[in-house]
Amino acid sequence: MNSAVPAAPDAFEVRAHQFEDVEQQHHASWLGMWVFLATEVMFFGGMFAAYAFYRVGFPNAFAAASNRLDVTLGAINTAVLISSSFTMALAVHGGETGRNKAAIRYLLLTMLLGAVFLGVKFYEYHEKFVEHLVPGPAFRFEGPHAHPAEIFFSLYFAMTGLHALHMIIGIGLLTWMALKARRKRFSPIYYTPIELTGLYWHFVDLIWIFLFPLLYLVGRHL
Amino acid sequence: MNGAPQVHYLNVDYGIRSWLFTTDHKRIAWLYLLSVTLFFFFGGFFATLIRLELMTPQGDLVQAETYNKFFTMHGVTMVFFFLIPSIPAVLGNFLVPMMVGARDLAFPRLNLASWYIFILGGLFTLASAAAGGVDTGWTFYTPYSSIYSNSHVALTVVGVFVTGFSSILTGLNFVVTIHKMRAPGLTWFRLPLFIWAIYATSIIFILGTPVIAITLLLVGLERVFNLGFFDPARGGDPVLFQHLFWFYSHPAVYIMVLPAMGVESELVTAFARRRVFGYSFVAFSSLAIAVIGFLVWGHHMFVAGQSVHAGLIFSLLSFLVAIPSAIKVFNWTATLHRGSISYDAPMLYALGFIGLFTIGGLTGLFLASIGVDVHVHDTYFVIAHFHYIMVGGSVMAYLGGIHFWWPKMTGRTYPEPVARVAALIVFLGFNLTFFPQFVLGYLGMPRRYHAYPPEFQALNVMSSAGASILAVGYVLPLIYLIWSLRYGRVAGRNPWGARGLEWQTPSPPPTHNFDVTPRVVAEAYAYDKEPEETYEFGSPSRA
Amino acid sequence: MAPRVDALFFFLIALSLFFGLLIAFLIVYFAVKYRRRPGYERGVSIDASIALEIFWTAVPFGITMVLFFWGASIFLDQTQPPVGAIDIAVVGRQWMWKLQHPEGQREIDELHVPVGRPVKLTMTSEDVIHSFFVPEFRMKMDVVPGRYTTAWFEATKEGEYPIRCSQYCGAQHSGMLGRVIAMTPADYQQWLGGGATGVSAAQAGQNLFQRLGCATCHKSEGGSQGPSLAGLFGKTVKLQDGKSAVADEGYIRESILDPQAKIVAGFQPVMPTFKGLVSEEGILQLIAYIKSLSQQERTAAK
Repeated sequence: MNSAVPAAPDAFEVRAHQFEDVEQQHHASWLGMWVFLATEVMFFGGMFAAYAFYRVGFPNAFAAASNRLDVTLGAINTAVLISSSFTMALAVHGGETGRNKAAIRYLLLTMLLGAVFLGVKFYEYHEKFVEHLVPGPAFRFEGPHAHPAEIFFSLYFAMTGLHALHMIIGIGLLTWMALKARRKRFSPIYYTPIELTGLYWHFVDLIWIFLFPLLYLVGRHL
Repeated sequence: MNGAPQVHYLNVDYGIRSWLFTTDHKRIAWLYLLSVTLFFFFGGFFATLIRLELMTPQGDLVQAETYNKFFTMHGVTMVFFFLIPSIPAVLGNFLVPMMVGARDLAFPRLNLASWYIFILGGLFTLASAAAGGVDTGWTFYTPYSSIYSNSHVALTVVGVFVTGFSSILTGLNFVVTIHKMRAPGLTWFRLPLFIWAIYATSIIFILGTPVIAITLLLVGLERVFNLGFFDPARGGDPVLFQHLFWFYSHPAVYIMVLPAMGVESELVTAFARRRVFGYSFVAFSSLAIAVIGFLVWGHHMFVAGQSVHAGLIFSLLSFLVAIPSAIKVFNWTATLHRGSISYDAPMLYALGFIGLFTIGGLTGLFLASIGVDVHVHDTYFVIAHFHYIMVGGSVMAYLGGIHFWWPKMTGRTYPEPVARVAALIVFLGFNLTFFPQFVLGYLGMPRRYHAYPPEFQALNVMSSAGASILAVGYVLPLIYLIWSLRYGRVAGRNPWGARGLEWQTPSPPPTHNFDVTPRVVAEAYAYDKEPEETYEFGSPSRA
Repeated sequence: MAPRVDALFFFLIALSLFFGLLIAFLIVYFAVKYRRRPGYERGVSIDASIALEIFWTAVPFGITMVLFFWGASIFLDQTQPPVGAIDIAVVGRQWMWKLQHPEGQREIDELHVPVGRPVKLTMTSEDVIHSFFVPEFRMKMDVVPGRYTTAWFEATKEGEYPIRCSQYCGAQHSGMLGRVIAMTPADYQQWLGGGATGVSAAQAGQNLFQRLGCATCHKSEGGSQGPSLAGLFGKTVKLQDGKSAVADEGYIRESILDPQAKIVAGFQPVMPTFKGLVSEEGILQLIAYIKSLSQQERTAAK
């Protein structure tokens, strides 16, 4: 037990019964989140592997299909997400220093940026639907690369769709953290939930940073 | 002998709500025990139908389409809903916190959520069975599963997909618990070998399961949204599916056997009353199996159209993965030397395990020998091989473990004479069922055959006869274990005189396992010392 | 090949018997000798022996490496059809085997071959994955839609040898059976002559080549929209993106069905796809025709 740090008023209430002390609980939660992120890497990794396989097999088709994606919107979304990671870090810092009001502010900002991302994504999906680029019976792609292009778009929707799902879950987590902050839960003694949510959010951002060049920038020249 | 304590984890609270909303790892272990037992008999029911059909060469019991559903449902149920969860989710959940000296797992509510996710996945699969079943084989090869099958593929893959998350969360819980919640003095090399095995298994849960999740998701999406991802006519590659599928499903078989090996170590040491020979070698071999196990998936694809180079590399690695298993077998056998060996039912299962796992492992060498695999791949030889490991191995270890820890879990002992007879029946029935299948495979009978050439009938009848004996062997424990809950002799704290933290608690243990967190002061399996000399229970520090 | 497979198989049996019986014996021996009895309640915990661990790691390692090399050497020969093998085209589909001889004979679920000559199978599937398995030849290879797989065997004795599909392929998987019928070379020649359509596989391919309009762009003298196919088969082709490819069966099939996948250097990507216009058997016949152009060129050059 760390006796150098004065016990916070509700430190005892904060420790779950299976742990010896708050420190053990914090370490366990931290390790738990990293292990979970490892599973997420493998989860997305399977699709990245399938993407790599087909891209090596059909480089020209993938380039042609990738060119049909809106690079500007993709770049905007990338900037939006990176900014949201910045605001997330500020939110965690707020929690870490016990400034719950600041934490709420930055959490809301992060959620707003996340919502912008999703809005742009939804708009893009709609555009693809209108352009008949959604795989399935309505898919239409001029030129010789029709079939591999359909595979590209299957991967596009599966990977960005899964990513968007993770974003939605992330926004849910941010809401929960905002509610906790509203009840002044975070302090230098205990800010684990918001710290781990931050890890999750950064990870989801990182996935996008891989997705963007792999999906939007195939065969593009500046 | 000390009797059962007044208040323990089973009677501390009554009512269905106290069970369905529990966060006690021991109660969650029971929830899993009941569920996997139901799934075991469900899968066994399909096995019975298969063996009935195969008594005659003609496909005369059921139509081909129905038979194809039988072996698919048998495989899916047994692999995903029995073998993968059984030892980790039942024995692991019950024992891991106790073996490391903790009050519960790191994340008890997540543990309960894992069980609910498991049940949800199971319900999807049962729904698929009720709706008419699926006929793709448990391996879901494309394009048959993604395009041609007319059965409930999407519903089944959703079931397996959902259940995968149960495994992932359980693995996560175990890894964090083992890393962060060991009692004072319990260094890594003082851990019971069961914990090492569970740890290695959890690594596979965490890294492997997400890959099959995404693979099955892609198959499901392809079916529902007509995607053409694995459709060769639309640029897709059916063999890519096999790579993605086996990347998980090979390590999955190590998920099924590593915990069994962990149980085996516990049983051998307890019933020979001496330390496991070569402790650190056995511990490291678990890790080696987990790591190398991720590198051999292509041995399922030697004749799938994979390149010759890839085939050779996978063959080499497949031989390497056999070596740690051999090391374990030799060390268990050496543990018997100068032990003091009793013939209680758990030990009978444990001794049977060594023999049957050895046969299963040796026949794996046949399959790794790429030139021979060309002949026996996709024949009954393979079926015999994996049943020797999974049934002769894992199920026997599971039963041995259930018997060994039954007094701890229930406070009662089971009737020993019946249990020994049942163990023998299982051993004999098992061998009669599956040994003839090695011969059938060499002679050229392929897998998943509804009807077969008449010259194979004698061996098939032998196999079906064995299956009926094996079934008796499985039903007996079901009966007498339930009987023992009411009429079994009250067990004491440590009826076997074993070492290990779990035997330092009352039988059944209190909800929080230990009144006081123990401090470990000796190696694992210190049979040269008295149990009391191996732990210190100081003054209470925390409730 | 079969005797070599059996030799390794039976060596493995002997090995398994040895180790299996050894372990079984030790278990029973120790379980009896060290059984618990009054006065002998506890075992003696011996310290582990590193030497012993190394021994029983090194020995399995050595044995498995022997097995690896032995199995690998068999496999390398199993996957290398000898020169001069008879080229049989095989198309699997639910739930039958369609085969064609180079001389033109077509068979369903049966394959007549002469004894003493290697037979090479070039195979694909029209629908799901199947597997061509002749147990008595110790030969098996999956048959995959969208690509070719190859296998070979040589019948050494006359007789009938079952073919069994060994990759689950749907309802009648266990009914997808056939026979290899091995005959003396003389009988085989007679059989070939008997079922005449008169049109060899290569000739059928040539007919298709004309009918589908391939000749319009692929003129043998070159200098046209498409590269000349004379002497093409087996050569390495330079592609537009700088890479190169070997013009084997798979390359030709891909060029017919997905022409944009690989463009030959110096040519425009204008070839249309023939997907849906030609069957798998038709493609195999076209390949036979293109192969014959290489042979013609070689004989002409002599």
